[in-house]
Amino acid sequence: MSFTEEQITRYSRHILLPEVGGKGQKKIAQAKVFVVGAGGLGSPVALYLAAAGIGTIGLIDSDVVDRSNLQRQVLHHTPDVGRSKVQSAKEKIFLLNPDVNVETYEDRFTAANAMNYIAPYDVVIDGVDTFPAKFLINDACYFAGKPLVHGGILRFEGRVFSIVPGQSACYRCIFRQPPPPGLVPSCQEAGIIGVVAGIIGTIQATEALKLILGIGDTLTDRILDFDARKTAFREIRIKRNPRCPLCGDHPDITELFEHEQEVCQLHAPEALGIS
Amino acid sequence: MQITINGKPEEVQAGTVMDVLKQKDIDPHMVAVELNTQIVERDRLATTNVQDGDKVEFLFYMGGGA
Ligand SMILES: [Zn+2]
Repeated sequence: MSFTEEQITRYSRHILLPEVGGKGQKKIAQAKVFVVGAGGLGSPVALYLAAAGIGTIGLIDSDVVDRSNLQRQVLHHTPDVGRSKVQSAKEKIFLLNPDVNVETYEDRFTAANAMNYIAPYDVVIDGVDTFPAKFLINDACYFAGKPLVHGGILRFEGRVFSIVPGQSACYRCIFRQPPPPGLVPSCQEAGIIGVVAGIIGTIQATEALKLILGIGDTLTDRILDFDARKTAFREIRIKRNPRCPLCGDHPDITELFEHEQEVCQLHAPEALGIS
Repeated sequence: MQITINGKPEEVQAGTVMDVLKQKDIDPHMVAVELNTQIVERDRLATTNVQDGDKVEFLFYMGGGA
């Protein structure tokens, strides 16, 4: 493939970088990234990857845009309320960069379809907000051998790290299974300062680009935690756990399954104290 | 004895990882625990001793994303 003059101008600030150059920009243009969830994390990831000129962005989400999403899900604008998130996302990506091929899937990511969905992609991004989905993505990427960039956000905090299956620690190496239901709240229940989604999501996009380009030191075998109240990052060194139920020496998990979805304990109006 | 918890030096009573969790009032189901960069599985929290100078990381679950 070769770039048009317009594309050379569009990507000129990348091409100027010795670590990227024309060769790296071609790698970006040929790369396929699968983003699970077109919400708080999925928005900055998809927008920055689109701007960067990623060849194909796959987006899966079964939700429609809710007004309460607009505080952080920057892919979606006010007129999108009530519309399919993946459709809304596709339009924004096209406006930003028509070079990008956007594949949309208005569907839930399940144990039954996960392997099929991720198969064509080079890198997978976790932008989901339930523990069962986070564990499912981790397991699917391990079985498919796909690099995964994990992200999590809650209140004023965020977490991000990358997983190269078989080489670096996976989510289950650290967190064996979801917490007991009701113990750890979700964003919907506990709130989230919108900008944290942007901070963590843009780091996820950075990791995806580095994994594609094969440059720098990725966030493998280290977890990066961010606290917006202190504006402080903390890095926790991790390593593969020989007792990991998925990627350890004697795994008990040999096929995909879904942990049971926790039942929401709080309902928004009561939690907000405005009912 | 003094140990480092999440990067900060702290004075705790000698004991197991579970004892430290109790002193810090942390529900063991809420965290993954790393002792000197090794994960301590939940079934070993009560049998793994913490020594003076150890580095402990408590990693709380963070499940949001949307
Ligand atoms: Zn593992």
